[in-house]
This record gives sequence, C-alpha cells and structure tokens, in this order.
Amino acid sequence: MTHQAPALTPEQKKELNEIALQIISPGKGILAADESVGSMAKRLTQIGVENTEENRRFYRQILMTADDRVKTFIGGVIFFHETLYQATDDGTPFINIIKERNIVAGIKVDKGVVPLAGTNGESTTQGLDGLAERCAQYKKDGADFAKWRCVLKISPTTPSALAILENANVLARYASICQQNGIVPIVEPEILPDGGHDLKRCQYVTEKVLGAVYKALSDHHIYLEGTLLKPNMVTPGHSCPTKYSPEEIATATVTALRRTVPPAVPGVTFLSGGQSEEEATINLNAINKCPLPKPWALTFSFGRALQASALNAWGGEKDNMQAAQDEFVKRAEVNSLASLGQYEPSIEPSAEGEGEGEGAASQSLYVENHAY
Amino acid sequence: MPPQVSLSPEQKQELATIANQIVAGGKGILAADESVGTMGKRLKNIEVENTEENRRVFRQLLFSTEGEMADCIGGIIFFHETLFQSTDDGIPFTQLVKDKGIVVGIKVDKGVVPLAGTDGETVTQGLDGLHERCAQYSKAGAQFAKWRSVLKIGDNCPSPQAIQANAEVLARYASICQQNGLVPIVEPEILPDGAHNLHRCQYITEKVLSAVYKALNDHHVYLEGTLLKPNMVTPGHCCATKFTHEEIGMATLTALHRTIPPAVPGICFLSGGQSEEDSSLNLNAVNLCPLSKPWRLTFSFGRALQASALAAWAGKAENISLGQEAFLQRAKINSLSSKGEYIPSGDTSEASNFNLYAQNYIY
Repeated sequence: MTHQAPALTPEQKKELNEIALQIISPGKGILAADESVGSMAKRLTQIGVENTEENRRFYRQILMTADDRVKTFIGGVIFFHETLYQATDDGTPFINIIKERNIVAGIKVDKGVVPLAGTNGESTTQGLDGLAERCAQYKKDGADFAKWRCVLKISPTTPSALAILENANVLARYASICQQNGIVPIVEPEILPDGGHDLKRCQYVTEKVLGAVYKALSDHHIYLEGTLLKPNMVTPGHSCPTKYSPEEIATATVTALRRTVPPAVPGVTFLSGGQSEEEATINLNAINKCPLPKPWALTFSFGRALQASALNAWGGEKDNMQAAQDEFVKRAEVNSLASLGQYEPSIEPSAEGEGEGEGAASQSLYVENHAY
Repeated sequence: MPPQVSLSPEQKQELATIANQIVAGGKGILAADESVGTMGKRLKNIEVENTEENRRVFRQLLFSTEGEMADCIGGIIFFHETLFQSTDDGIPFTQLVKDKGIVVGIKVDKGVVPLAGTDGETVTQGLDGLHERCAQYSKAGAQFAKWRSVLKIGDNCPSPQAIQANAEVLARYASICQQNGLVPIVEPEILPDGAHNLHRCQYITEKVLSAVYKALNDHHVYLEGTLLKPNMVTPGHCCATKFTHEEIGMATLTALHRTIPPAVPGICFLSGGQSEEDSSLNLNAVNLCPLSKPWRLTFSFGRALQASALAAWAGKAENISLGQEAFLQRAKINSLSSKGEYIPSGDTSEASNFNLYAQNYIY
C-alpha cells in the first residue's frame, strides 16, 4: 500500500454526506417501496388484486400522494426501476412528487440473489455489470441514493466464511460504484430470521457479518460518512421457542452495532424482516431507548412493516385510497416516534408477540426464506 | 458457526470494569515500561548510569508522587523488572500504585523482529508461553497488558503483509490476555518517520486500524474489555508543511471515527516523539474536535510525561521532589487535555518543547 489515490474529491464527499444526513434527519426514516414485480405479485395476491403494471402504479400512487404529514416522517423512498419512471393519474412523475416534499429518491440497483456453488444453499447478489452506467443514468433521473440487498442465513453450517466474504465484497463494490456517481449506497447485509436459533446466536452472527462488511468497505475505500447501513435487527429465529422482550432485542441489536459499526456511519436504517408492523415499531423504539451510547441515527427502512395495513385497507378498491393512505401515514408516524424513542403503544401487544393481537398491525408478516 | 463462549459474563464484566477504570474521566496512562535498553538512552541523556538501582529510583520518583497524581493517572504500564521492585521502605511498587487506586499494567511483548521480504518492516514477537506469563502477571497484581506493534510509512510501506501480520499478532495477544483477566491495550504504532503529509498518515492509519479491528473480530476479542493505543495522525517528521493542532485533531478523530467501533471504551494515544507540550496540545485539540466521541480520548504517554521529570531529577537525590513536581505538572496538563480543557499559559519548562523525536524509534 503506497499512495493514496483519492476515490472522491472533497466536493463529492460533501454531497454524499449531505444526502445521507437528509435521509435520516431526526424523526425520519425510509419507505422501502422497491418490491420487484415478483414480490409485488405476492403482496397483491394476498388482497386478491391482479399483478398488472397499472395496479402496481396505482398502489404506489397511494403511497406517493399521501398527505403532507409524511414530510415529517419520511426522509427517503426506495423505488423499483419501473416505479421510478411512473407518474400519477394526472401525469406528474412520482419522482417529482417525492422531491417536492424534500424526500430523497432512492433506487434498488441489485439484480437479485444467485446461488453460491458448494455451499449449503447460500447466495450472493448480482448486479455489478454496467452498474456505473446505470447509476449515472439514475442520478440524472433524480435518484440520490441506492440500495442493494445481500442475504445470509443462520443454520448449523451457515453463514459460511465464503458467503460472508463474498457478500461483503459485492456490497463494497456496489458501494464504490454508487459513490463514484454521486449516489449514497445503502448497504444491506440481511441475515434472515429463518431458523430455530436464539437471540445470542443471531447477535454473534450479526457481529461477524458486520465486521466483514466494514472491513470490505474499508478495503474498497468507501467514504463511510456517505453511506447508510440497512441491517436486520438482532432477533431470535422465527422458530425459536424462547421469547424475548423488546428490551432484550434492543440490547442485543445495539451491542452488535456498537462492536462493528464505526461512528462515521451517519445512520442505521433497520429492515423489518418479516416482523409485524407493531413488532417492528416497538423494537425500533426499544432500540432508541437502549441506554448504551449510540453515535449513529437508528431509524427504519421498512417495506412490509409500513405497508401491510395500507395494502389491506386498499384491497384493490379505488374508493379505499384515503383509508389506505391513513393507514400508511399512521405507520409512518409511529415509526417516526420510534426512531426518536418516543413511541408509546396505546395497546400493549400480547406477551406472545407474533401472530396474536388485533388487526393487520400485529399480524406476523413473516414469510419463510423471504426473497423480495 | 455456533458461538463458542470465549469469556463468561463475569469475565467480561471484570474486563470492562478495569478498562473503564483506567480511562475514567480525566485519567490517562503513564507508560513507564521502557526496556532496560531504552532506559539506558533516557538515563544517558541526563548522564546517569543505567543500573537496576537507578532505574528503580527513577520509577520510585514517579510512582510515589503524591496528591493529584492519582486523579490524573488511571493506569501505569510496568516493565517486567519494575513489577517486582519495591520502594526504599520495601513496599512493592505494585502495592504502592494500587493503594493510590491506579491500575497496574505490564508490557508483555518481546520486541520487533524483521519480516523477510519486506522493505525493513517488522512484526512483534512474544506469543510463546504468553498464556502462562499472563497468568503469573495477574497473580503479581497486573490487571492490564500492553503490546506494541510497529508500522512505518514509506514508498512501499506499510505493505499488506506487514499490516496483516501485525494485526494478527495483536489479536492473538489480546485473546490470550482476556483469557487471563488482563485488559489488552492494543498498540499498532505507525511511526512518524518520513516526509509524508498529514493526509497520507490519516489514510494509512485508517487502513491499519480497520485491519486491526477485523482481526480482533475474527479472534472473538471482547472489545468492551480492551483499550486502543494508536498514534495520533500527524505529518511525518520531515514533512515540509506545518499543520495546526486543530488539523491534527480533526485528522486523528476522523480516522478513528471511520474505524473504531463505539464498544471500545477508550483510546489512549501514544506520544510518538512529540514534545511534551505538543502531545498535550494535540490531545486537547482531539478532544475539542467537533465530531462525536463515543470512546474516551486520553493519553498513554512515556516520554511526553517524563522528559521534564528526568531533566529536573538529573539523577540527584536532592532533586526528587523537583522531578515529581515536573511529572505532576505534565500529568495535570494531560488530564485537562483529555477533557479538552487545557489552556496553555505559556509557562512550560524548556524540556517541554524540546522535540523528543528520535529517528526510527524503537523502545
């Protein structure tokens, strides 16, 4: 290692840092509305709606045109490629609506998982080919951040050293290319909640994975102040018989982050990973109330946990648009409060947690071996 | 990958408590672990013979300083010989120090050896039998340890091998220490030799520290029960450009921000040849730098705490209190610096500003 060949100019660094800070301004988080066509199919099937481009457009329109209250709660929206170029009924591009509200537009840029041969069902994520050109185009078209999801899973033999190393490396390559194009990379090393492992096991694995991710980011000269992290919360596996309190989940999560995430990272935007809407909010709140020192913002980047109630309320009926928007804004608001540690649930969730409690908010959104 | 428990909750608690105690508000470390050879150089400077007795007398001068010394010094690093020495009255140094509420530490590495095939780079040895030695040191009253790895900046340095090899031995050392209830101070020193500028040092410090923390993670080291002893980020000694304390503070804190997980309780800078006053001013600037500081930022100084004391003592029995006063003054100043509260009055002894840089410094 001899010379420093700066990857970014001071001006580029400043721009990236400012974008990152804007997304995670206090009380704000991210709406992950980047479900692929296949993922949207699953969502729409559940409410008996056909998976057409128009239905996807209409549904995203519901979210995009929710009232002004969302400006206080949402700092960024992650788009799927198709959606970035869609518009409202009266022809206003979604991206214009978002930007007018000072919400940063983001774009999912990975091309899904592919198997890692010789492993026990593990994967890496593809999408690096032509990524520089795609990022340049997305930046021109109004996107200022991107997201790339890697997936790891816990079992007696996984995650393997190879899976950890390989996924950390592709995340770092993706991050590097994004930053070269003025796009803030959200780095997402998701460890699935599938399995019977306990909270400690998830914490241990999370620490190993994040340790590898940040080493790779350092090796690839990533400007950390211009990135965000989108990790799983540390939770027990879905089939784990032991129940844990939100405080235990929060302590395990914050401890894992404290051992691996340098303070230069401005914000951690958790994925909801199949937790119910209410569970995700309560856990986020507990994380923010955890008394360990936390030098990064700790907020949300939720897909299902922001949209489940809204989807149900819509049910495919145009007339239900307002009701759906109300549900969405409600979840956005409680998660905003949770990101400040100020959420007070009006109804205590039952001690058993998942799958019990009233309405879609508490219903477990867990889907086995979830692939977006 | 099932987690094997490397430490019990009780062991973790003990380590974290010790680490926090050492760097508690306003405290830092006195690095008094100079080897016999290094003490030789110090004593030669003041024309004192390098005998075991003279070494004992000087360490006694430091350790028996009264008053606010114990408010400024949270830990003292001993050399092996010193750990078994006593005061004139026969009180073991370890006891003298512990009675003041100061934690006893011990240097455990066995110096640097060359890395073949590199451009004069080194790795540090000392792992053989380290487990047994740590157990003995623990019995003798030590609660923390220190191990110094050395890297240098040059056209071909630090090489990936040197970074990796040193990160690995630091992690092995740390792991063994923790198994024996000793808090490991991890010291990956990047020498200030050279003409490189501040930014080059920052870049390299970031790479080195990232490798160190990856190795610590790989070796299952409990970060809450460790301390880091890095160089401040400074320009090379032959760099033509001058940088302000604020620039040094910012470069240093930025590098740490990008590499040190918040779980590490404290960062105790080495002085690396800076003068006493510069070390204090730079430490102060680091603490005043407007970035978040989730770890304590304090000192682990050898020369920068002792230079004036050595000069004032000059080997004369009648000068012991003068020597102690000089030491206490630097200790108090550095304590203030560790809180960002040092305001220099301009009233520093001549020895304070004397540049303590020695080329290609080896302890």
